[in-house]
Amino acid sequence: MKRQWLASPYIVWMIMFIVVPMLLVLFYSVTEQTADGYRFTFDHFRRFVDPIYINVLFRSVALALISTVICLLLGYPMAAILASKEYSRKKILYMLIVLPMWMNILLRTYAWMTLLERNGIINTILSFLRLPPLDILYTNKAVVLGMVYNFLPFMILPIYSVLSKIDESVIEAAQDLGGNSFTVFRRVIFPLSLPGVMSGITMVFMPAVTTFVISRLLGGGQFTLIGNLIEQQFLSSGDWGFGSALSVIMMLLILASMGIMSKYEQEGGGGALW
Amino acid sequence: MRRAKITAAIFLMLAMIFSLSACAGGEGGDQQKTTTLTVFNWGDYIDETVLEDFEKEYDVKVNYTYFATNEEMYVKLKSGGTNYDVIFPSDYMIARLIKEDMLHKIDMSKITNYHHIGDEFKNLDYDPNNEYSVPYMWGTLGIVYNTTMVDDPVDSWEILWNPKYEKQIFMLDSQRDSIAVALKKLGFSLNTRNEAELEAAKQELIKQRPLVLSYVGDEVKDKMVGGEAALAVVWSGDAVAMKWENEDLAYSIPKEGSNLWFDAMVIPKTSQNKEAAELFINFMTDPEIALRNAEYIGYSTPNITAWEMLDEEIKYDEDAYPALDSLDNCEVFEDVSDIIATYNRIWDEIKAAQ
Repeated sequence: MKRQWLASPYIVWMIMFIVVPMLLVLFYSVTEQTADGYRFTFDHFRRFVDPIYINVLFRSVALALISTVICLLLGYPMAAILASKEYSRKKILYMLIVLPMWMNILLRTYAWMTLLERNGIINTILSFLRLPPLDILYTNKAVVLGMVYNFLPFMILPIYSVLSKIDESVIEAAQDLGGNSFTVFRRVIFPLSLPGVMSGITMVFMPAVTTFVISRLLGGGQFTLIGNLIEQQFLSSGDWGFGSALSVIMMLLILASMGIMSKYEQEGGGGALW
Repeated sequence: MRRAKITAAIFLMLAMIFSLSACAGGEGGDQQKTTTLTVFNWGDYIDETVLEDFEKEYDVKVNYTYFATNEEMYVKLKSGGTNYDVIFPSDYMIARLIKEDMLHKIDMSKITNYHHIGDEFKNLDYDPNNEYSVPYMWGTLGIVYNTTMVDDPVDSWEILWNPKYEKQIFMLDSQRDSIAVALKKLGFSLNTRNEAELEAAKQELIKQRPLVLSYVGDEVKDKMVGGEAALAVVWSGDAVAMKWENEDLAYSIPKEGSNLWFDAMVIPKTSQNKEAAELFINFMTDPEIALRNAEYIGYSTPNITAWEMLDEEIKYDEDAYPALDSLDNCEVFEDVSDIIATYNRIWDEIKAAQ
């Protein structure tokens, strides 16, 4: 028996807290407050076309892409190890991946600040070992590091959940037919894991491209990303119009990347994260 | 597995229901017993044990919240839905709040400790008849530097543009203050309304970006004490507190002039408990309390009686208590809200540039 009515609280919730606010954002982005009410305007979007702001958008996308690629390169082998039948400490490893997510992202990022400081823990150890110091806090390297650290589990878990569901007999069949391990991976395992990879890419890219905490703490205001720009409009400039316009642009970007991704993603593939 | 999920879901729902009812119950119950006073102050700007004493003495519950810049405070207050009773803005922001009719007049007969405030801090331009505000702290804007890392004399804003100190400079993540540094360096007034001057200041700050390690807030104190950088633009009180922690640090007000500022306590129109707010302001102006705050945060108190009681070392520290007439080339910020859009745009562009 299908109990569709069970979804109704969620639908009400969605309308109140997702649909209505999004419409408001859209409204603010194309209006301007005048003495006698609101006036339609494209000024906020026109302001965005300035090269300074376009650069911010490019910077956000570039840093998020780099982080996503690094997450994929690190995350795929990790997921494969987790999914392999021979590995016996699977539960411990799984715990270690999930454990940091129990802590607030802000705290974890603050911790990186103390680690990466010029006179911080990492440099103290390096100088003790007579190695050259690492001076990366407040650079784009630190921002990428923060993104990879924070979002890596979002890459590993979907890939792991897809890999562990692959039917062992399919792999055995491929081996029986004479495929060496590389061929088996390239022709069988990797194509079967693609939905997980796509879901992982989306789940890393989206938070990375919109983050403002990581870029502010580890980039120190040197790497203003679109998230920081939006935050600044709402929290300090009080320019809701421009902030909303930036948010709309951001949402379009995410929508487009989701559209591309969903072409590859199958129903239910990799969704087992939650 | 399935059962575990259902249990978790039920548990979560129960937790939500309880927390909601706790909120509702708490508020209803509290209002009958004691009043709640919502205070909105700068981060790290009070000796918090003072709040406990106030709660005990007057049976008022204090709900203490923080902001990082005047602009952030203004946006929160303006957007509504808040019930702040006492706020601690700076001079130019107080002028703006008065202009926009967002403040209550304070009943000065209730502020019995007001006579402890020095005359030079009364009736200033931002509140000419002292109807809306009671001074809390004052100070200057300047450069704190590590004497082991800087061998040039620090007497000009120019040093912040010296390539020798590349990636050794912290700037202040505050719109008016950072723009003021550039304006003063160029020899303009920090209250300028001239677009060309503001544009020049913007170019100056963008030019400086490669030399700057980071735009920071309160964390600058830990960073400078820890020797993370050589120079930082800070408010004088923070510099004094930093000097307590690290003797290599020194403070300087550049010769081109700087900003002289006053932070004061005001009661916004959102306040539901004006009388409790006045009690709180009077309590904060009590010399004993003002002394504890000044000793704890390092900022300079306008409370003459409290100043008298300070340690000799702090009392005659030129950085904390410069003679006001020695600050001739320093300016107090004026409200520029009529061209605030230009200031905001310039600030956005400085932050977004690379």
